[in-house]
Amino acid sequence: MSVTTLLFILLSVMAVGSALMMLLTKSPVHSILWLIVVFFAISGHYILLNAQFLAIVNIIVYAGAIMVLFLFVVMLMNLNSESEPAKNYRLHLIGIISGGSLLLVLLAAVMKIDLAHPVMMKVGEAGLISKLGKTLFTDYVLPFEISSVLFLSAMIGAVVIGKKD
Amino acid sequence: MLLVIDWAMILEKFVLITVVVMASLGIAMYTTFAERKVAAILQDRRGPNRAGPFGLLQPLADGLKLFFKEEIIPNFSSKSLFILGPGLAMLTAIMTSAVIPWGDKVHFFNRDISLQIADINIGILYVFGVVSLGVYGIMIGSWASNNKFSLLGGLRAASQIISYELAMGISLIALLMVTGTLSLKEMVLQQQQGGWGGLLSWNVLKQPLGFFIFIICSFAECNRTPFDLPEAENELIGGYHTEYSSMKLGFYLFAEYINMFISSVIMATLFFGGYDMPFVNEANLSPNIAALVGIIALMAKVVFFIFVFMWVRWTIPRFRYDQLMHLGWRILIPLALFNMLVTGGLILYFNK
Repeated sequence: MSVTTLLFILLSVMAVGSALMMLLTKSPVHSILWLIVVFFAISGHYILLNAQFLAIVNIIVYAGAIMVLFLFVVMLMNLNSESEPAKNYRLHLIGIISGGSLLLVLLAAVMKIDLAHPVMMKVGEAGLISKLGKTLFTDYVLPFEISSVLFLSAMIGAVVIGKKD
Repeated sequence: MLLVIDWAMILEKFVLITVVVMASLGIAMYTTFAERKVAAILQDRRGPNRAGPFGLLQPLADGLKLFFKEEIIPNFSSKSLFILGPGLAMLTAIMTSAVIPWGDKVHFFNRDISLQIADINIGILYVFGVVSLGVYGIMIGSWASNNKFSLLGGLRAASQIISYELAMGISLIALLMVTGTLSLKEMVLQQQQGGWGGLLSWNVLKQPLGFFIFIICSFAECNRTPFDLPEAENELIGGYHTEYSSMKLGFYLFAEYINMFISSVIMATLFFGGYDMPFVNEANLSPNIAALVGIIALMAKVVFFIFVFMWVRWTIPRFRYDQLMHLGWRILIPLALFNMLVTGGLILYFNK
């Protein structure tokens, strides 16, 4: 067993374990904190795949910005386990159906995995920032620009909504 | 043997990490002393001068006092998070030191030991990532205290840090366009070569506006005056650490000084040549001497920046909250964008 395999197992246990904790804790604030641990575990996986840029961007954007905003909202609204609305059985049913279909899709994807050609760890330079930048600005320049326009329109939309009293 | 590990490398890094962490703690300790002395000089007082010669043992006395205070955990607080808060603040403050090049390399036991814990490909982005996590310590601690004033302080800290991170990131992008690398070590090496003893290649000359934005944003990220609204004592009692006592309070205060030290190091590394001593050609010296010279040069720059931090704190009054947001969003971000566009335009023009 190499160090990489050991790290992979460790990170996977951490990711799955904290994802479960996120679902099982009653308090929304604890939930968010467990979700941040999940992001860290996933970033660890990216580093194992030598995708350092993706790993750090995952931390900056998700753990550093989006989760702070989540925490912000939860703290301001003072959501506690007592103030959580009681769920009726219809909500449970909807949850089971949507969760089940997601599970089906994931299972279908897992079944298709080509076990003969596993992902190589710590090799390949595709995840390093210089390679990534070149690829984005040559091969994928059109999708890249279109998604940036999408972001811009989302930003303008947010400002417009925020301006409305 | 199932695991193949380079034990010598692990030992080397372990020693280096221990030294760096201890040095950061020691320097932060004496920064508190320096702060009180600088404040005293600026206000025409004497400052602490009773403990030891010139009051030099004052930080130790302060530390002892904090340790021996009663440890209070409020009844209605969320206990685990209440303890986690200061720990996180301390952890994120120290973590940044991992990618900073403290010197070139030293030569001991027939090994070249690099004075940088990790020279990673993403260098400065790592610093940025850790800085963006710095807000959790404050937010979690303030929420866990279950106190309105603490929570307000924490929310102020969070919105302030997120707002100023943007301008900081954009000013960094302009710097990255000039250097063409993310590695801090690479940046220092670039700043060593150049006219007039290496001084002319310092990034501050290429990015004066970028540096100006960066230093303002690092004041805001460290929650230092004039941006210390999270702990504005005349509005919020004590801000986010109102409910804290003993060493948990000490951790919060200490984390601020470590942050100050680390951001001074980062400013020196990014804009002022890092461990480069001007007018000295490090290649002519033996590696150990060169490393020593480098560390002295870096520390001299850091002491200067720490002094600037204090100088500003005791000179400029605190902003009002709307002024803070106005400065961040309406002035610094457009200025940083302008800087980025001008830098890009100039690079295109000169590289054609």
